[in-house]
Amino acid sequence: MAQYSEREMMAIAAGRLISNGDILFAGTGVSMLAATVAKRIHAPKAVVFFETGGIDPSLDELPMAVSDSRVMDGTSMNSGLVDSFSIVGHRRLHTIAFLGAAQIDRYGNLNSTCIGDYARPKVRFPGSGGACDAGSLASGVIAFMQLGKKRFVKKLDYLTTPGWLQGGDSRKKAGYARGGPLAVVTNKGVMKFEETSKEMYLAEFYPGVTTADIVAEIDFEIDTSRAIESAPPTEHELRTLREEVDPQRLILG
Amino acid sequence: MPTYPEIQDKLMSLSEAVKRFIKDGSQIALGGFTVNRNPMAVAYEIVRQRIKDLHIVCHSQGQSFDVLIGAGSVRRVELAYGANGKFASTCVRFRKAVEHGEIEVEDYSNNQMSLRFLAGALSIPFIPSRSGFATDLVNKEGFSVETRRQRRTARKKYAEMENPFSDGNGEKVMLLPALQPDVALVHAQYVGEDGTVRIKGLTFADVEQAKAADAVIVTCEEIVPRSFIRLDPDQNTFPPFLIDAIVRVPYGAHPTACRLFYDYDAKHLNMYRDMAKDDATFKQYLDEWVYGVSSHEEYLDMIGGAGLMTIKANPVIGYAPGLDRR
Repeated sequence: MAQYSEREMMAIAAGRLISNGDILFAGTGVSMLAATVAKRIHAPKAVVFFETGGIDPSLDELPMAVSDSRVMDGTSMNSGLVDSFSIVGHRRLHTIAFLGAAQIDRYGNLNSTCIGDYARPKVRFPGSGGACDAGSLASGVIAFMQLGKKRFVKKLDYLTTPGWLQGGDSRKKAGYARGGPLAVVTNKGVMKFEETSKEMYLAEFYPGVTTADIVAEIDFEIDTSRAIESAPPTEHELRTLREEVDPQRLILG
Repeated sequence: MPTYPEIQDKLMSLSEAVKRFIKDGSQIALGGFTVNRNPMAVAYEIVRQRIKDLHIVCHSQGQSFDVLIGAGSVRRVELAYGANGKFASTCVRFRKAVEHGEIEVEDYSNNQMSLRFLAGALSIPFIPSRSGFATDLVNKEGFSVETRRQRRTARKKYAEMENPFSDGNGEKVMLLPALQPDVALVHAQYVGEDGTVRIKGLTFADVEQAKAADAVIVTCEEIVPRSFIRLDPDQNTFPPFLIDAIVRVPYGAHPTACRLFYDYDAKHLNMYRDMAKDDATFKQYLDEWVYGVSSHEEYLDMIGGAGLMTIKANPVIGYAPGLDRR
C-alpha cells in the first residue's frame, strides 16, 4: 500500500465529499488543497472561488493566502467582497465552504477568535474573516480540524461561526435560511452530524486508526457505532495531489 | 520630470498627504487584504510622523494593520480578521496588543464589514444582513459604553429586527451600523494624469471603503497618460473627483503584493514575523525599516535591487512564478 501523510489523507478525504457542480468557497492551508483535489479528481465541474472575489482561478501555483495574486490569475472574473458573499449565499447555487478553526463543539460551531475571556484573551486568533459568513450563508460547511481535547471541546471560548448551534432546529429558529456543517475532516477520521439531533458522530476512521484513538482526543461524548474505515488514497489521488496540486509541497510540507 | 497639470493640486509627497489628511484620533480604512495591496508606504509614514490614537476600520487586514498597531499608532480597531496568510496565521503585534489589553477591539465578519462600508458609501445609516445570528460576534461587545459615545462610532454593535416587509412569519435580519471613516487608504496600480484610478485584480472592499470616506489618499505604482486610462474605461475604479491626494510610490505596497507589478516578499514577511515576536527585536525592526529611513526610496534601497527583482511579477500572469515562498 502506498505511503501517505495525515495531511494528504485529510485533503483527499475532504475532496471525496464534493459533488460535481458544487461551488467551493476555499480558505487557506489544507482546505485549499482539498478544494483543488476535489476539482481535479472527483468533481471536475466544481468551481473553486475565494471570498476575496477571485472566481475559478487556474491555480497553476498554490495560493498562500486568499488575497494571493494567484487567486486572480486565469479566473472567469475578478471581483470583490460584496460580490463574493452574494455568491456564497446565492439561492440558486449549492455552495460548500471549507473552514478551519481553533475549537469546535459537538454541534459543529467554530471558534477562530480567541481562547479565554474575549475582553482580555489568553490567546488571540485572527477572527472570523469570512468564516461566520460562510457558516451563515453557504449551503454547507466542511470543517478541517486536528484532533485534540483542547480543540474538540464541550464549550467554545467564543462562537465565531454558527454550526448547528444547540442542535435540533435551533439553527433555523435563530434566523438561518439554510446551511450548517456537513462534515469535520480531521487527521484521523471524518465526523458527520446526526439527522435530527445534529450531534456530531464518527463516520469514518482512516486506515490504521481505531475509533478509540479518536475518542481519546475528543472532550465530549461521540457516537462511534456507525463508523467505517475510510478507503485509503488511491495512486491517482496521491499523484494528482503531489504532482499537480502542491508540487512545491508548500502546504503538504 | 513630467508634469500633470490636471492633478497638480492633488499630487503630493507621502509626508504631505499624511500631514494634511491624517490626525491623531482619525478613523482610517485600510485598503487591500492580508498580503495584497496594503497601503504600506502611507502606514510607514504615519508611524514616522508619530500619529497616535487611530481608529482602524477594516475587513481582513495584514501587514499595514500590524505595523501600525505595533508602532503604537492605534487606539481601537473594528475588524474581521488579522493575519498574513501563511506568513503569520495571526498578525503578531495585533495578537500581543489584544492579549495585553493595549487596544480596543470590536470583531465583525468580512461580509459585515464590507456591507458597513457599502452602507456608508450609499449614505444610509445601517444595512441588513443574514450573517451572524446567535454567534458571539453579536453577543459579545468589545467597545465600552464610553467608546461607543465617541465620534464615528455606532452606539450599538448590532440590532436584530423582523423583516418589516414579511407577512409576520418572523423572518429576522441583522442590522449593521454604517461606517464613514475620515480617510480611506488605497494602493492602486494606475492613476491617470486626469486623476482616474485603476485597480487591477481583486478590488476587495476598496471601492466601498473609498466611497464611504471623507477623504481618500491613493498611492500608485504609475501615473499613466489620459489616452491610456480613458481608452478602456470599463477597467477603471474611481473617477478623479473622489480622490483627494495622489502619491506615486513604486513598490508602495511592499512587502505585500501588487498584482502585475510584484509578488509578496516572503523573505521580508518571514523576517518581520520573527522580529515581531519579541519587543526588543520588533523595536529594532521599526528603527531599521521605518524610523531609520526618511523616504520609501531609502526603504527600497535596503531591500536592494536583487530583492526587488526576485519578487518582480511576470506582467502577463501577475505574480512571480516559481518564487520561493516557504
